[in-house]
Amino acid sequence: MTEPILSVRDLSVTFDVPKKGAWPWTAPMKLHAVAEMNFDLMPGECLGVVGESGSGKSTLARAIVGTVPSSNGNIIFEGADLANMNPRERRVHRRDVQMIFQDPLAALNPRMTVGEIIAEPLVTHDPSVSRAERKKRVQELMARVGLLPNLINRYPHEFSGGQCQRIGIARALIMKPKLLICDEPVSALDVSVQAQVVNLLMELQKDMGLSMIFIAHDLSVVKHISDRIFVMYLGRGMETADARTLTRRPEHPYTQALISSVPIPDPKLEKLRKPALLEGELPSPLSPPSGCVFRTRCPKARPDCAVGRPPMLDLGNGHFAACPYHEPVDLLAAS
Amino acid sequence: MYPNKATVEVLEQAGHMAEVRGRSLWADARSRFLKNKAAVASMIVLLLVALFALFGQVFAQWERDFIDFSLIGSNARQGVPSFETGHYFGTDASGRDLYARTVQGTQISLMVGLVGAMVAVIVGTLYGATAGYIGGRTDNLMMRTVDILMSIPFMFVLILMLVIFGRSIFMLFLGIGLISWLDMARIARGQTLTIKNKEFVEVAYATGVHPAKIILRHIVPNLLGIVIVYATLLVPSMIIFESFISFLGLGVQEPNTSLGALISEGAANVNNQVPWQLGFPLVFFVIIIFAFFFVGDGLRDALDPKDR
Repeated sequence: MTEPILSVRDLSVTFDVPKKGAWPWTAPMKLHAVAEMNFDLMPGECLGVVGESGSGKSTLARAIVGTVPSSNGNIIFEGADLANMNPRERRVHRRDVQMIFQDPLAALNPRMTVGEIIAEPLVTHDPSVSRAERKKRVQELMARVGLLPNLINRYPHEFSGGQCQRIGIARALIMKPKLLICDEPVSALDVSVQAQVVNLLMELQKDMGLSMIFIAHDLSVVKHISDRIFVMYLGRGMETADARTLTRRPEHPYTQALISSVPIPDPKLEKLRKPALLEGELPSPLSPPSGCVFRTRCPKARPDCAVGRPPMLDLGNGHFAACPYHEPVDLLAAS
Repeated sequence: MYPNKATVEVLEQAGHMAEVRGRSLWADARSRFLKNKAAVASMIVLLLVALFALFGQVFAQWERDFIDFSLIGSNARQGVPSFETGHYFGTDASGRDLYARTVQGTQISLMVGLVGAMVAVIVGTLYGATAGYIGGRTDNLMMRTVDILMSIPFMFVLILMLVIFGRSIFMLFLGIGLISWLDMARIARGQTLTIKNKEFVEVAYATGVHPAKIILRHIVPNLLGIVIVYATLLVPSMIIFESFISFLGLGVQEPNTSLGALISEGAANVNNQVPWQLGFPLVFFVIIIFAFFFVGDGLRDALDPKDR
């Protein structure tokens, strides 16, 4: 078996939330955005991460690229632990891990031309590259992501959302990174443009042999692009399996609810199924429920769910679920 | 003759090959500024005043520190502004050519304003941007320092400085430089706090750009609009500040002069039938102040289009 390119071990990210009206020296409350996360990413694999808003998907991505400090655990990328590194070493390692952001326009500096934006990682990590060479590489890459290379001197506000996302992709790819993290790259785009961008990403992944972590809350998009899907709830991993198994025969009750909430683009089929909708809201991550964090909304919850965190159970074939009462349910998945 | 299909395709390709020049936000702001008539007119007036300050001395018939003793006492009759005597603006109470002195006064007043604004832009912006970007304890420390400096009554300190270290232009510039950047640092910090949470700053950080480069490349250009507007509005207030100090007799010293000193002298002689001694410096002073305010207004409308 090949070595994983990225191993996340017991990763936790906590934020300090000061209590309102408290003394400055009282200990702040801890918000557990990501708690004891474990997963591996194989070279060339695309891992989809899904979960509702507030489940810590973006925080996980930011902890891996290092814009949010992790409070515990290891992020092992090609044998080096990114989580426990001094800032100078960390800066050098950043060239191999790049990220694409949700809001395409906000991720581009409005005062810089597209050429300068795309070239920035190159200027940062390879200052020796000549100006002409840099321009050539930027233009090649612009053509590769479907932008006209002669628009190199334009400014971000002169582009549409989809084009801006292509600029973001070009910037992320200019250093030929090994790992690309996409934080909801298509949720701010039109459906038709979404398809173009997702297909472009899949194409690029295949051509450049990228490993990818693709975060989204739209399961149908994730299913389309990912080899494997990882389900998160309140900062914890719930279930992971290859994309087909997870969407067809999920075992964890949360995944089952999540998948049955995806509408099927066929009114007859849609009428036939009984959606297992979840009651209530996501609990506050400031005071997560004891034991299994999902028990407050779980249709199968039993009293002993409150005692101890359920371990990730190996169900075979790379299928893991964090629920002792898991059972497969055949779902009419959106196809 | 119609070109054949292949030619058309080649031509089309050629059309796409040419590099398109982008329209930067600065270019947009410039075109908005140029549409504002009052601002453009004020800009032209300011340019003329600056030319007057730079090259006015060439046309002077008299040295600015030449004292015509024959005029002392008979200023009201013989020191009248006229082209025949070469005293275009008349003479002052000591019989010196007021035109030459107004040129120098304008020079010094503009210099004071520009030095104050430049210190504010360079020191204030970098200080505020650094404090805002780093945040946390450093930010607290840096901004509380600004608060403490601001709480000191600076007019008092400046007067003390001028009295203790001697009255010189250098001291005046130092004093003005010391206070002008404080407000700017606060403004720059406030803006930085909103900019640093934008995603493009996060991208730059995630890419591995050095923090100093992030401040200079991503934060400062984005807060420059507000900084420029504030700086143009700061220039006249610095000029007023200097004039006040000079009016008290503490600023620029003889034989040098500034508009404030000239106005002060003119005001002292206002009962001696020599209205030109107050009038000419005052006109220049008012023109400069008004022009700067109009330009600042125009820049604000141009650089911050959401505000309209």
